[in-house]
Amino acid sequence: MRDFSYLRATSVDAAREAAALPGAMLLAGGTTLIDLAKCGVTEPDTLVDITHLTGLDRIEVNERGATIGALARMGHVADHADIKSRFPAVSEALWQAASAQIRNMATMGGNLMQRTRCPYFRDPSNFPACNKRQPGSGCSAIGGVTRGHAVLGTSEACIAMYPGDLAVALVAFDAVVHLGERRVSVDDFFLLPGTTPDREHAIELGEMITAIEIPGTAAARRSTYLKIRDRQSYEFAAASAAVGIEFEADGRTIRDLRVALGGVATKPWRARAVEDALKGKVLEPETVRAASLLAVEGAVDHGANHYKIELAPRVVARAILKLGETA
Amino acid sequence: MTVHTRHGDASDGVTAEAVGGRLSRVDGPAKITGAAKYAVEQQLEGLAYAVLLESTIASGKVRAIDTTAAEAAPGVLKVLTPDTIISLRTASDWFGTPPPDKPYCPLAHDITFSGQHVAAVVAETFEQAVAAAALVKVSYDETPAIVDLSDGKAGDGIPIDAMTKEWGDAQAAFASAPVRVCAAYNTPREYQAPMEPHGLIARWEGDQLTVWEPSQWLDGMARTYAEWFGVSFENVRLVSPYIGGGFGSKALALSHGAVAACAAKMLGRPVRLVMTRQQTFTGYGGRAATRQTVALGADRDGRIQSIVHRGVNETSMDGMWVEPLGSVTSIMYATPNFSSKQNVVRVNSVVPGAMRAPGENPSAFGIESAIDELAYEVGIDPLEIRLRNYAEQDPHAKKAWSTRQLREAFAAGAERFGWARRAPEPRSMRDGNQLIGWGVAAGTYPVRRAYGEAIVRILSDGSVEVESSSIDMGQGTYTILAQTAAETVGVPADTVVVKLGDSRFPRAGVTGGSRLAGVMTGAVYKAATSALDQLIGLAISDPRSPFHALQANTLVVANGRIASPRGDGPDLSIAELLASIGRDHIEATGDTMPANSTAQDRYKNYTTIAMSLPHTEGDYSRYSWCAHFIEVRVDEDFGTVRVSRVVSALDSGRLYNPKLAESQWKGGIIMGIGQALLEEGIVDRRHGRIVNNNLADYLVPTNADIPDIEVISVGIPDLHSSVLGGKGVGELAIVGVAPAIANAVFHATGKRVRDLPITLEKLI
Ligand SMILES: Cc1cc2nc3c(=O)[nH]c(=O)nc-3n(C[C@H](O)[C@H](O)[C@H](O)COP(=O)(O)OP(=O)(O)OC[C@H]3O[C@@H](n4cnc5c(N)ncnc54)[C@H](O)[C@@H]3O)c2cc1C
Ligand code: SF4
Repeated sequence: MRDFSYLRATSVDAAREAAALPGAMLLAGGTTLIDLAKCGVTEPDTLVDITHLTGLDRIEVNERGATIGALARMGHVADHADIKSRFPAVSEALWQAASAQIRNMATMGGNLMQRTRCPYFRDPSNFPACNKRQPGSGCSAIGGVTRGHAVLGTSEACIAMYPGDLAVALVAFDAVVHLGERRVSVDDFFLLPGTTPDREHAIELGEMITAIEIPGTAAARRSTYLKIRDRQSYEFAAASAAVGIEFEADGRTIRDLRVALGGVATKPWRARAVEDALKGKVLEPETVRAASLLAVEGAVDHGANHYKIELAPRVVARAILKLGETA
Repeated sequence: MTVHTRHGDASDGVTAEAVGGRLSRVDGPAKITGAAKYAVEQQLEGLAYAVLLESTIASGKVRAIDTTAAEAAPGVLKVLTPDTIISLRTASDWFGTPPPDKPYCPLAHDITFSGQHVAAVVAETFEQAVAAAALVKVSYDETPAIVDLSDGKAGDGIPIDAMTKEWGDAQAAFASAPVRVCAAYNTPREYQAPMEPHGLIARWEGDQLTVWEPSQWLDGMARTYAEWFGVSFENVRLVSPYIGGGFGSKALALSHGAVAACAAKMLGRPVRLVMTRQQTFTGYGGRAATRQTVALGADRDGRIQSIVHRGVNETSMDGMWVEPLGSVTSIMYATPNFSSKQNVVRVNSVVPGAMRAPGENPSAFGIESAIDELAYEVGIDPLEIRLRNYAEQDPHAKKAWSTRQLREAFAAGAERFGWARRAPEPRSMRDGNQLIGWGVAAGTYPVRRAYGEAIVRILSDGSVEVESSSIDMGQGTYTILAQTAAETVGVPADTVVVKLGDSRFPRAGVTGGSRLAGVMTGAVYKAATSALDQLIGLAISDPRSPFHALQANTLVVANGRIASPRGDGPDLSIAELLASIGRDHIEATGDTMPANSTAQDRYKNYTTIAMSLPHTEGDYSRYSWCAHFIEVRVDEDFGTVRVSRVVSALDSGRLYNPKLAESQWKGGIIMGIGQALLEEGIVDRRHGRIVNNNLADYLVPTNADIPDIEVISVGIPDLHSSVLGGKGVGELAIVGVAPAIANAVFHATGKRVRDLPITLEKLI
């Protein structure tokens, strides 16, 4: 970690302007940024602290949906009564993320911008080859320790797993990222690695996340986030699923279904094939299990992460069936 | 003259303050409020900061180190490389074996593992040192590495003949046994991961070296520093008032300590060096990876006829670490035929080290899994088969146990756990998607004994002071020594001040092998007894004493007051008595060394482990024992294992403080749960490097992983094991937890996992 200067932004515009300067980065809760600076992955010259900006930590929920300010803390959002009742999957995704201490510091905007946990990415002095860090340098993970790497959305350049939980719930419910005036759907906000794994988000220099908007739907209201991992708490997902369901009046036939996967893909992964296969069907365990296998269509493993291909459909199926039980 | 002290035993209904009472940790408030100052928190005038650079290859040579840019960086005082660091002498090992007469360099030219220290940068501030370290360029000539035990180039390794244990004809008896089970059991590299990372402050004043460093063994480490720098032992002072966890990793002076002390000498300034969390995974050794095969031959009733055991552990290219894998195998069960042999394989890793119950821990994973497999093979309850093969004496040493309350442990644990309600078939207990399994395993740890010394002072205000160079790393030394002195002298425990963690105090051996409590309570008891003798002697004989006229032949001291046993005559506080006879304090040194010990014996005893008494010395074999009963819930679809219930019954002899003993047992069980389900150093096979070298990726249990743990003491005082009757506490409870969990997982799922940790992909 080298010396950097610290600047306290006084307005959103000032923050954006300062962050557009070479070597500058926004600082929110710092739980990702400081960590990566210590690993030598990011080497900012200037940190632009946005945590003193007012009005960006609001959580507004009404019939149409929720708008959550970029500076709202993970812990507050998780615990917000209206988020819990109208978007249980969002609250549950946040509760199961990181630790209580981190959730008290970390912000919603920062959460969307967290980086992969690929161990090779995080250790530049031992593993110079990393296309995400240094385009064209190669990928140290391929052929190495891959237990935590992605099986979906990978490319020859990068197989790094997207580690977050919140965005998995967001992508399931068609949430939108506010970059000031510009609006980008969460699905489009996260980019596939392709040949440019260094570019992870559809955010331009001088832009800043100001809010996250989640449309209110019946599926979001009956939703859940199921996260599977070896350690009961404080671990990234081996596989996770955000699922929301809306039934027809009979309480059994699926009108709307949302399924997204975490822990298995290079970005928050919407599993539309599962949704399409089950919409209009009656919720039956066998049907659900069969359809859930579509979640990992096209998956490619790198040895030690093969289990994710087995695991992810089971997580999806359990989450859907669990929601069905509460019908 | 007789001296009356209230002498408790394990069955006493004692008060919290007496030995055997549940006094809370006396160092607790200081730690909770942050007042406790740890070694590297000392604020010293002129302190400089050092950071280490580590090799990025696992095997080869340093070709060149370019320090130009780093030396020019702001605040940099010195860049140390193998060429520029001062030369040291090789120190003797922990047995005190005379070292080869060759120089020792804590920075390496020849690289034998990834993460080896190759250079260090010292600067005015920590941040400057970190920034400059990034500017040092090291180039290497790399050679192929042997990355771990499964490397094709690793070979069979070196036979360690001293580990061979044989009786009867094990191979033949196995071959002809009606029932045979044979399987391989593996444990990975595991790490102590103490909360407080390793580090130190070193300061030279002339040829006097002071080192503030978390230490499980002040006198041993002081010796090593003294030998490295060619100064006398008395010239080195180690200070270590508190330790933020050690688990075996802080017992020896290590190369990072040498680097810091060299830097301090070269600069003439105190230097602080603290490892990063990442460096703690390669800067010293965790538990060696192990492989064992256990073959059990039995009759159809499950009576063992033969045990054939082979073990292998990894060591480094130039160091020797033997993890004694046959240690539990050879004593847990009675068998007429036995054979155990062990090899050690050199790989490109840091030399492994001691981690909670080295040897016994992986050994128990092998034998306690194997006997479970035998139980299913012959169709006998896993608890019953253990009782059927109960060793009535030490099967290896062929000596009587000093005490072995293992049968009582099985009985108490089974009763509390409800073992009798267990459905025998695997996969026969479930709750929705959760498969439920119950497993049992036993554990043991030898009673390691050594000698210690302490000073006890009775001060003019009637308070008591205890000094010893032993340490408290959270296990409760401060507290139990206060209890011992309080009870022995006869004063309230809160008037006793215990001072530890300074090598200037009376000496103590290593705090390892669960020996310290037994050693130091003995030493303090002796010192306190002789201080009390003096006090009473003076009270009776000094003409100025109010008791002089009484012509009593003894007096009693209780609750800080001194009186005659019959209650006639005066009743004075200790302070009043001392004032009357014109003494400002009474002091006595006590030790547990044999009476004719020479100064050389003493030095050797406190600075090496060569004089530890064998646990099978004399007529008895001395061990602590335990039985773990564990329930797991395994998600049928996800393979995730959660421990939902633990009942453990343990025999550590007499407990000096049950509350603290229970905490240590629970800590061991928690660490065992981590070992069973989570902990594994994962090696990149191309680079020979641990990639999960941080606490987000090297997983230890969180509170959410730990259910209520019930521990039951079944010990009785064992005076063959220690002066006051206790046996080891700290390491015992981790032994047997991993096999109990693996056995429970088998019962739940029908899948036998023989490779730790039991992660979800092994079960789906
Ligand atoms: C040990 C550990 C475990 C974790 N486990 C989990 C987990 O299980 N699940 C999970 O989801 N997360 C997990 N996390 C990640 C954690 O949620 C993120 O670190 C956190 O959300 C980041 O928020 P922050 O406010 O601290 O961001 P910062 O660290 O301040 O910033 C992170 C990045 O976002 C940028 N940034 C911040 N705010 C904005 C903005 N408004 N607009 C544009 N860019 C911005 C910064 O420049 C920086 O690049 C874990 C983190 C750690 C350290
Ligand atoms: S997987 Fe991606 S992040 Fe990891 S080393 Fe390869 S390129 Fe870098």
